[in-house]
Amino acid sequence: MRAIVTANNVSQIYEMRRGLFHKALGLKAVKDASFVVGEGETLAIVGESGCGKSTLARMLTMIETPAEGALTIDGVTITGDNPGDMKKLRSTVQIVFQNPYGALNPRQKVGAIIEEPLKINTRLSAAERRQKAETALAEVGLRPEHYGRYPHMFSGGQRQRIAIARAIILEPKILVLDEPVSALDVSIQAQILNLLADLQERLGLTYIFISHDLSVVKHVATRVMVMYLGRPVEIAPVAALYADPRHPYTRALLSATPATDPAAKGRRIRLTGELPSPINPPAGCSFNPRCPLADDRCRAERPELSDDGPTRVACFAVEEGRSAAA
Amino acid sequence: MPLLSLSNLAVTFDTASGPFKAVDGVDITVEAGEVLGIVGESGSGKSVAMLGLMGLLPPSATVTADEIAFEGRDMRAMSGRERRKIIGKDIAMIFQEPVASLNPCFTVGFQIKEALRAHTDLDRKGRHHRAVELLTAVGIPDPERRLSAFPHQMSGGMSQRVMIAMATACRPKLLIADEPTTALDVTIQAQILDLLIDLQKERGMGMILITHDMGVIAETAERVIVQYAGQQVERQRVATLFDAPHHPYTSALLAAIPERSTGRRLPTIPGVVPGQGDRPDGCLFNPRCPKADDLCRSVMPHRQTAGLGEALCHYPLNPLVV
Repeated sequence: MRAIVTANNVSQIYEMRRGLFHKALGLKAVKDASFVVGEGETLAIVGESGCGKSTLARMLTMIETPAEGALTIDGVTITGDNPGDMKKLRSTVQIVFQNPYGALNPRQKVGAIIEEPLKINTRLSAAERRQKAETALAEVGLRPEHYGRYPHMFSGGQRQRIAIARAIILEPKILVLDEPVSALDVSIQAQILNLLADLQERLGLTYIFISHDLSVVKHVATRVMVMYLGRPVEIAPVAALYADPRHPYTRALLSATPATDPAAKGRRIRLTGELPSPINPPAGCSFNPRCPLADDRCRAERPELSDDGPTRVACFAVEEGRSAAA
Repeated sequence: MPLLSLSNLAVTFDTASGPFKAVDGVDITVEAGEVLGIVGESGSGKSVAMLGLMGLLPPSATVTADEIAFEGRDMRAMSGRERRKIIGKDIAMIFQEPVASLNPCFTVGFQIKEALRAHTDLDRKGRHHRAVELLTAVGIPDPERRLSAFPHQMSGGMSQRVMIAMATACRPKLLIADEPTTALDVTIQAQILDLLIDLQKERGMGMILITHDMGVIAETAERVIVQYAGQQVERQRVATLFDAPHHPYTSALLAAIPERSTGRRLPTIPGVVPGQGDRPDGCLFNPRCPKADDLCRSVMPHRQTAGLGEALCHYPLNPLVV
């Protein structure tokens, strides 16, 4: 499998102004993220709010350039100093956002919304654009007469279909899906997930699927990257991650997800506390204040992702074979 | 005597295009110390029914019922003054968006003490003491200091804990939790659910938990009501609902959950929930139902027996083997 995205120690820093007489503070939203996405696979990125998944999505779609490190997408390298050939890449990577109500301009007709990427990136005539837009509408399961309607006339699921049509119209290779189904009801969610699976097979797309819903991720992903406070803590193939989660945070996350099986209740790892502030992260492993396995080494040193095998974990407890009983 | 007993509750909204029945024929009984779950997709009227009970709907809504009794007292016959003594004290509610439900202009302490001022005869010191006690009970560290914090200074999980503290301030007998964890992360959701269940057990409260998440229902509730387009389509015990759903809608809803699927494609329910303009004749689920026939398209089904999940369906699934 060819790597289509390679991230090499990518970081993103936001400056927080603290008033006239204070020095600006650097908030590292993503820290030293290194990972590879293979062509045609679905890499799921999971984590709680504030773990940097959306910042990562913004870098992958070139809304922002990485502050440190390098990102190679489809053979083109982007760094903070050298934004590279971003114009060409913009049509290679497209994004679908979480909230289909906010992502579509209410004053534009559906046709205009879908054609806008073509207007900006290609020199097609109006007739050709319209034809492409109608093909895209058909592709996502909408009808040609929807071309002239406004977004408010559609339900949430249909709006998400419009957003997907807009994302695929430039024939991208990579689609970044930022929580594409979390605003939708279960029955509509299933329709959209099926549509995404169809499109991936038909168009050979690579998906970067950002979600906090582990049951959705289990269904769609080939590999999963778990992030905590800006850093990847575990990267593993989906079957391995669910069968044998290694990092204590992954385990807690899995056990916190409510199972739809009344017989399985009450086997939960209770995590205490909340995500610490990324402005002032704890020393050592960033998970140590909430980790049931933390010891002195975890509070002093920071674990790196292990290099070996398909499953990579950043944890001393896993490395040393410490278990909850000890 | 049940703690709360509603029968044939209906809520009708006056809209520009005529009256719209958002909730129809809802029956609910809750015993003390019991957790009742209500599930349904958006637009199924699960929140509206509860807001109707609490009297929190806008004037365009008309609430009718054959019975609304709390501890055997008829709430329909009560004066507004009498009803307000119960609402907020004996019946309390937690809302979906904790951050939007708190008033940004007042401190958290003020808002908790407001409930105590309205419903108890504690003095100022007593109220302060009780507020600290409440914040401790919901697991907020450093409660003395947190009382003077404003809502924007707290995270979503913390705000929801404050909402729970407010709702439980007067030791309610019935707590209505409307999607209490939908806006929260999974690890925080687990904490909040544990907290709610702990409080409910400890005080023997009755609780109605409204959610769209079948997983949350499986973990917390004892009985469950499945609502579709304003009607209760199935009422069952949680222990049996997941294995043997009786209404086709419940069955389809369960099948659409990614966790329970096996193939690459999920079984879906075609179409959408009917809105005001496109209510079908007969069973409301018939346009989306794989088993619908002419009877379903013309005659409104009657309710089946308890052994069939009281399903509102002509042809219930998983009939009992006699």
